[in-house]
Amino acid sequence: MMQEAGQRLLMAGNNAIARGAYEAGVYFASGYPGTPSTEILEVISQYSEIKAQWAANEKVAFDEAMGVAMSGKRALCSMKYVGLNVAADSFMVFPFAGTVGGFVVISADDPGMYSSQNEQDNRYFARLAQIPMIEPSDPQEAKDYLKLAYELSERFSTPVLFRTSMRVSHSKGMVTLGERNEVGESKSYIKDVPNWVVPIFAKSLKAKLDAKLAAINEYVETYEYNRIEKGKGNIGVITSGASYTYTKEILPEASVLKLAITYPLPKQMILDFCAQYDKVYIIEELDSFIEDQIRAWGVTNISGKDIFPRTGEFSPDVLAKCLFEEQPVKDFSNEFNIISRPPQLCPGCPHRGAYLALKKSGALVTGDIGCYTLGALPPLGAMHTSFAMGTSIGNAFGFELGGINKVAAVIGDATFIHGGIPSLIDVVYNGGNTTVVILDNSTTGMTGHQEHPATGQTLQGKEAPKLDLVNIVKAIGVKHVQVADPFDQKEMNQAIKDALDNEGPSVVITNRPCIFARGEKQRPKTPYVIDIDKCTQCGACQRIGCPGVLPGEQAVIDDVSCTGCSLCAQACKFDAIYLKGE
Amino acid sequence: MANVTNVLLCGVGGQGVLLASEVLALVAAEEKAQVKQTEVHGVAQRGGSVVSHLRFGDQVYSPTVRTGTGDILVAFERLEAVRYGHYLKSGGLMLINDIEVMPGQIGEYQPYPTGIMEFVQNKGFQIQEIPATSQAKALGNPKVSSLIILGALSAHLDLSQQAWERVIRKRIPPKLVDINLQAFKVGVEMAQARAQAAVVRD
Repeated sequence: MMQEAGQRLLMAGNNAIARGAYEAGVYFASGYPGTPSTEILEVISQYSEIKAQWAANEKVAFDEAMGVAMSGKRALCSMKYVGLNVAADSFMVFPFAGTVGGFVVISADDPGMYSSQNEQDNRYFARLAQIPMIEPSDPQEAKDYLKLAYELSERFSTPVLFRTSMRVSHSKGMVTLGERNEVGESKSYIKDVPNWVVPIFAKSLKAKLDAKLAAINEYVETYEYNRIEKGKGNIGVITSGASYTYTKEILPEASVLKLAITYPLPKQMILDFCAQYDKVYIIEELDSFIEDQIRAWGVTNISGKDIFPRTGEFSPDVLAKCLFEEQPVKDFSNEFNIISRPPQLCPGCPHRGAYLALKKSGALVTGDIGCYTLGALPPLGAMHTSFAMGTSIGNAFGFELGGINKVAAVIGDATFIHGGIPSLIDVVYNGGNTTVVILDNSTTGMTGHQEHPATGQTLQGKEAPKLDLVNIVKAIGVKHVQVADPFDQKEMNQAIKDALDNEGPSVVITNRPCIFARGEKQRPKTPYVIDIDKCTQCGACQRIGCPGVLPGEQAVIDDVSCTGCSLCAQACKFDAIYLKGE
Repeated sequence: MANVTNVLLCGVGGQGVLLASEVLALVAAEEKAQVKQTEVHGVAQRGGSVVSHLRFGDQVYSPTVRTGTGDILVAFERLEAVRYGHYLKSGGLMLINDIEVMPGQIGEYQPYPTGIMEFVQNKGFQIQEIPATSQAKALGNPKVSSLIILGALSAHLDLSQQAWERVIRKRIPPKLVDINLQAFKVGVEMAQARAQAAVVRD
């Protein structure tokens, strides 16, 4: 990489975190793709000094990084905030042992749910696990604070939660680079059974964990990166993360206590700060995490969620509205006949063919997390639930147990590996009749096309053993397994029908790659064309929900975006759609 | 805040809005103390609405631009100028690429709205329409329209032409540097011709 210490570069928050890992001398990094965290590991993979890998899911990523940390080296694991729900089992127990080498867990939160299924304030996880948490406000801090996180981790032998948000991860700013600190093994490896076999020694370890938290509590009171920016007047603000940047825009004169470590809070520092001002605003996105703790100390001259929202992302406009009743400039596009640009499955997306067949089958379709969630929207409307990673299969089995007939689960290849396999084992074990459709598009689509165990390549693009989904499903004990081509509607319809009719568990695996998968972008494509003379304007081709079939009375196929998948031609009863040049 | 320039670039996914905003941010990074850039777009898919916020100057905190404070709004497509127009300050400059991209639709069919230019004109902005897409086609590569747009934008920003050229050479794949520099120049000339015409009119 053309990056040298001392250089000042424009970097996105996630790239800066990756650079911070490099400078901190991190030895190993693992993770699972999830917006807005994905780029952290992708960029780390470009530093040859760091061993980095995609894991099958976030818990596996956590466990691997934890093992590396116990062996005495600096380790990192990175995930979106819901990933921490998956990793939580280990995350909650490891603090009882404490780490050897520095160990940092990155949680990328998504206030405003730009690309997420729920809104969740992961700061509670730090408090729940009794470990310290650091939050950067911009790319420079993202890099610098990651290094601080490792110092903190090793000082107290504790995992550290590094919490970022979409706006910090995905904003660019100027970053001054530093040197890599080759820490090597911060502490040498010794087998430490009384700390590591947690269930047997848990009682004494809990007491040690409480004592450790008390020591960290004391340490943060004088932590230099929890800083006070003295302003004018008698208004104070306590804030952290992206909210700090909005505060500086809207209350440039106020005195600000900017927290770097947001758990545990520096109690005395905050009490002293609050005593100095008539009013102190607690400016924090999502929940009243900081405010509740300060209120519990009996402080009353503070204002937080009484005026600021608990949901959605903050912005300078949001602060101005809450503080001064200054309304943002009205979005005038609704005075105009504006049309939205809703997200849709791409032209040539193989999921479309599977959904058309599922729709025809009339089945209740439980869904999962991926691009294919878009199959719930009209005109496809062929997916009826979507909650969390891997949930579709258990839900389908549950509907079946609840007495609903004809249920199918849809789940992507990456998601099946992440969290679907145990559920399918359960269907077989408990005698279920469930149909599972694995939408195998040979990539992790929604997060930007990452490799996974069934793509045959690693994070660095090196060849890897390719997980065979058909064999895995057979080994689980599913006897009815069929691979089907989603671009062949006859074949796909038949495969779905046979699977639903089958007595016992059944799996259909689609076999067309995402249009953005490796090798697919380069594949030459011939678009389809509509023969105006044969076309009766019945609209069947438009009802397959392909953005390449343009709306309007007379359908037209956009020859730039059409990939030649042929689904519109198969939908046409009048033979009016043909391959260009034929 | 004083000395901070706020620019918004908006368009439809696939038009090159994100590349253009990266180039602009890199140019600003060469010449200004602080630059922040952020964008909002939906899931990884083509055809969605995209907006990028860029702020540069002496001291920049928030990466997002407040509504009603944008100095320039660059719309790569007409309808998107309406969608994000409220970010522009009163009397601010709207640079609009004169093309219309029909949204993909999932409900009942709605035709592409008419009267966009009259509508934004009546909002009291300075409006400049540029034929970037048709000019790019004339150059032989419709994808360089984003560089034509940047060329036209550069005439309104206090960033040196040398910095623009350096960044384009660094950021664009070598094979495409020449045509992109050519496209950028077309945009600059378009803006110059417009400025001269305005002087003559006055």
